[in-house]
Amino acid sequence: MGKIEWAMWANEQALASGLILLTGGIVGVAGQFRDWQFAAYAVAAGVFVCLLEYPRGKRNKGTSVERTGQYCFTVCVKSFGPLTRNYYVRAFLHAAICVPGAFILATVLGCVCLGIASLIYLAAAIRGEHWEPILPREESARKPVAESIKRPPQNPPPRPPAEIRRKRAEDLEGAAYVNPIPITE
Amino acid sequence: MFPGSWCLILGTFLPYQTWWSRVFKCQSERINIVVWMAINIFLFVWFYFLYDVGERFVYTRHILGSALSWARAPAAVLNFNCMLILLPVCRNLLSLIRGSFMCCGRTIRKQLDKNLKFHKLVAYMIALMTVVHIIAHLVNAERYYDSRQGDYDELSTILSKLGDTPNSSYLNPIRSTSTTPTLLVFTSIAGLTGVVITLALILMITSSMEVIRRSYFEVFWFTHHLFIVFFAGLVFHGAGRIVRGQIATDPPHDPEDCEDKADDWGVDVDCPIPEFAGGFPQTWMWVIGPMIIYVCERLLRFFRCLQTVRYRKIVIRPSKVLELQLMRNGFKMDVGQYIFLNCPAISQLEWHPFTMTSAPEEDFFSVHIRSVGDWTQKLISIVEQLPEGSQGPKLSVDGPFGTASEDVFDYEVAMLVGAGIGVTPFASILKSIWYKFKESNPKLHTRKIYFYWLCRETHAFEWFADLLQVLEREMEERGLGDFLTYKLFLTGWDQSQGDTCNGSCR
Repeated sequence: MGKIEWAMWANEQALASGLILLTGGIVGVAGQFRDWQFAAYAVAAGVFVCLLEYPRGKRNKGTSVERTGQYCFTVCVKSFGPLTRNYYVRAFLHAAICVPGAFILATVLGCVCLGIASLIYLAAAIRGEHWEPILPREESARKPVAESIKRPPQNPPPRPPAEIRRKRAEDLEGAAYVNPIPITE
Repeated sequence: MFPGSWCLILGTFLPYQTWWSRVFKCQSERINIVVWMAINIFLFVWFYFLYDVGERFVYTRHILGSALSWARAPAAVLNFNCMLILLPVCRNLLSLIRGSFMCCGRTIRKQLDKNLKFHKLVAYMIALMTVVHIIAHLVNAERYYDSRQGDYDELSTILSKLGDTPNSSYLNPIRSTSTTPTLLVFTSIAGLTGVVITLALILMITSSMEVIRRSYFEVFWFTHHLFIVFFAGLVFHGAGRIVRGQIATDPPHDPEDCEDKADDWGVDVDCPIPEFAGGFPQTWMWVIGPMIIYVCERLLRFFRCLQTVRYRKIVIRPSKVLELQLMRNGFKMDVGQYIFLNCPAISQLEWHPFTMTSAPEEDFFSVHIRSVGDWTQKLISIVEQLPEGSQGPKLSVDGPFGTASEDVFDYEVAMLVGAGIGVTPFASILKSIWYKFKESNPKLHTRKIYFYWLCRETHAFEWFADLLQVLEREMEERGLGDFLTYKLFLTGWDQSQGDTCNGSCR
């Protein structure tokens, strides 16, 4: 268990919580439930959390897998600098965001899930993890390719001389191809 | 996290045909999925209409509307899928079924190998139905609350007040005007268990995402044991009997006649006060069977743990590969199968799968273990420090599992293509073919094998290259050099290796 980057799981949990908060909020607003204003808040909070958590961070070890189309989100999130880099900030932010969700039933689940995500982020922050953006690799990092690869080979691969390879009419048995499997009708 | 899973549930985002044929490749798999889906749809529609037109629920529907049916239909689908979800992960049970179906064709048995795929599919369905179920119940809770507050029509208010007087039954689970929907959820069995099991489900799902599973398996494995909480809560979820329907009274109360005379209930002879009761909890009837089967499965794994496994030989191969030749009483294997190994000295709870590299004709079974992660590195370092010829650390073996690759023996010419780690079962297959050939086993029809092996570089699989060379030598000695033709393709070859070879390599 020692090699786990908790932030990876916290990220999945927070993204899920954002969606749950959003869904609960939509249900509350659409159904015009009592105190639906909390549901309206949950819609906004859910969208915000989803936007913040959608870009996956870069892993310390191993290959990082991007989510589809996350590059523009990465750029946005990166622009906030230390606020989004630091997981303590995220942990407290999520803890604060989730509180109003506890007031109505429709958003209670989102609140608790976001609270759990906040705790996992806290664990990640205590272990010293931080968010790094996944940026596209630069072209210059690749080794320069030798020119010779781009040209097709000028010479055929080495083979015995053509006279030896050519099948001779007087040596039919030697020229015949032997089928490993007997051909039956 | 979501693109793959969305594609599965909402296949309309991709061209349907290509998604379907990509995910479910073979005919029998598609048939299984279609049958499963048909049962789900049937259950959904059946229970939807049971609650939507059923006479017992006329008054319940008056307060709740169609949200009642929208909550009960997914509940039935959830019952069915929670029953199914434990079964694909009972690997010993699957092995038993596979063994009993030896007569019935390989295609059917091969379906048992897709168990994890099916487990995931059922899990997606559980997640989807949970969403529908919860949203419908949110609406129900809100409607019960409003009805209790008197916000709806007179009939609803009267229905909600039923049960206020002693010795009468209630319809509306909100018993007082000061109870909010949130309070209802947290003070009722159904609500509390519902929140707990949903939380367990969410934690299980987020830790099962591919990113987490592939990189931090322990987080996935330990969090997944929340299924115990899930099933415990699920069994008690209906115990509060919160969904209430009308029961027979004497004289009978017919909603059709008495709906409009709510003020006269109890006074009018034909319309006594209606009585209500909750339905008998049914979920336990669906899930008790698989729960018992799963407990048996875990007990079996535990007893397998206790069986002694002896080391026949331990060989440390180049590139940090460890070959273990093991023996266990009553162990029978087929080509291409795999086992799970557990080493209490390293970790009590971890079981790791390894494909077997020995042939069934040998009196031992062997695995080749490459040093890739924590567990394998520790195993290799423990073994390296052992004195020569001594027994290794205590091991437990579970298995063998997997559909055997026996078809290969039926064909005169076999073409085997292996890539990377996939070459491991071929060690078993090639050895078995060679043994059968030497013994002139009549079951073996193979006369010629073409073996194609693709890997980045041979370092990781030098042990297999050694095996090929041994086989080649034995064949040459018997004058059967043509039996096996193998070709290696090194995909990690690049210009720098060409430079170091200086033109003298191929």
